[in-house]
Amino acid sequence: MPRLSAKSATLLVLAALVVVSPLFFPSGYYYRVGALIFVNGLAVTGIVILTGYAGQISLGHAGFAGIGGYACALAPVHLGLPPALAAVLGVLISGALAYLVGRPILRLKGYYLAVATLGFGILVSMVLNNERQLTGGPDGIIVPDLGLRGLLKDWGLNISNGEFWYFFCGIALLIGAWIALNLRQSPTGRALRALHGSEIAAQTVGIDVARLKLQAFVISAVYASVAGSLLALQNKFITPDVAGFMHSIEMVTMAVLGGAGSVLGAILGAGVLTLLPQVLTVFAEFEQLVLGLVMMLMMIFLREGLLPSLLRKLRGRDE
Amino acid sequence: MLTVEGLRSRYGRIEVLHGIDLHVDSGEIVTVVGANGAGKTTLLRCLSGVQPLSSGTITFRGEPLHLVPAYRRLARGLAHSPEGRQIFTNLTVEENLRLGAFLYTDERVEKDMDDAFQMFPILKEKRNLVAGGLSGGQQQMLAMARALMGRPFCLLLDEPSMGLAPIVVQQIFEVISGLKALGVTVLLVEQNAFGALKIADRGYVMETGRITMQGPSEELISNPRIREAYLGL
Repeated sequence: MPRLSAKSATLLVLAALVVVSPLFFPSGYYYRVGALIFVNGLAVTGIVILTGYAGQISLGHAGFAGIGGYACALAPVHLGLPPALAAVLGVLISGALAYLVGRPILRLKGYYLAVATLGFGILVSMVLNNERQLTGGPDGIIVPDLGLRGLLKDWGLNISNGEFWYFFCGIALLIGAWIALNLRQSPTGRALRALHGSEIAAQTVGIDVARLKLQAFVISAVYASVAGSLLALQNKFITPDVAGFMHSIEMVTMAVLGGAGSVLGAILGAGVLTLLPQVLTVFAEFEQLVLGLVMMLMMIFLREGLLPSLLRKLRGRDE
Repeated sequence: MLTVEGLRSRYGRIEVLHGIDLHVDSGEIVTVVGANGAGKTTLLRCLSGVQPLSSGTITFRGEPLHLVPAYRRLARGLAHSPEGRQIFTNLTVEENLRLGAFLYTDERVEKDMDDAFQMFPILKEKRNLVAGGLSGGQQQMLAMARALMGRPFCLLLDEPSMGLAPIVVQQIFEVISGLKALGVTVLLVEQNAFGALKIADRGYVMETGRITMQGPSEELISNPRIREAYLGL
């Protein structure tokens, strides 16, 4: 039997999860949780490209999610753009900002990117909180309807709002994962993983290290921006929390917890960390405590990340 | 092929190369020998561009090279197999080789890979394994094969014998002398002075950041001072 490539296997597993999971949903609420997992998974897939492939750490990626989200809220009102185009505008702005922030910093080696992006994220979050006139401040702002579900209804496909966003975000995640997996096997992806190992050796084989790191940073910013837009559009409402520091940390944690080097692992991490707080509500006021404990235990016993560690254990049993 | 004039370089405030002059002619194997800390590795790092010069010039194939960024020097035909091998340990052997040919997308890449496998058959056996799992000797072979995938005119080799078993060292040196037949010029930096001088056409002796002696290899091998200081004879 021919062995499945990691790429096809990942896509198959993801597609199966998206299609089969609803069969087990006891209520409509779970569609919403599922959609949230997919959105987080998409943002974290961007982190896989930046951190897992290229070995760079960003602590301000929520800033890009915020830009994507607020673009969907503001551009329709102020520029008259349809929400879908507003999301595209968010992508352009996020990409451009990532380029401007990353260009001077990624020439340097080390953790400068983490510090600079930390500042960037806080900056975005401050602007969103303080520019009340424009952004509505900490109370948030209403986001117009995407309008696609109405269109589907006209074509005779009548699904609930929860179902619509579940499948819409699921498809977005599949596309995002497909792109990230293709990138991994491409010469560019190989070069990214190479500079992760040794920047000096990467240079000696002709790789423009600074430019490549910048590319990875811009691509991952675009992922975060799209995720932010999807979140805003499905909630029809957005607050500055989406750009908050905690959200940035959450993205990195999801990726590392699941296994930053693998797309499926990182998405699994997003799933676990999105679900856990829902499950842990039974612990009431101890929820945060238990969440922290679970995460610590996972990092101690599954150090390479959830998926890579589990795969290794499974393989170990075969031999 | 390669001319270095008055090359100086420093780490912070400490100068480690105090004006190096050397040249390598087309088709030659030239070696730079010397003790630990003489500045041999720094010299190669300057040549491949990963270490900045404080003064001096490097001319490669008739054009100034010292202002060309490191990642463009391979495209000019200068490949560097760095100290400590610096292979990509998380990638497979084949991926390492393909990265060596990062600049090329033509069919010659496959042919070059076959040549590399012919030169080092063990790499073919292990092509789908992660390079970090190779032995030291195999990693050195991979580092050299990777550098050759870049189709260089001139190959800079930094301590290829370091930490390897004598039998493997001999095998590596045989491959290096074989590079001549392939038309690749070699600048070989070595602590193993005897082994390096035996396969080289000419040699330079480096001591604390200066070239102190130079000449045809046989001459250096028979020089009493060198025999005593570096060859242990």
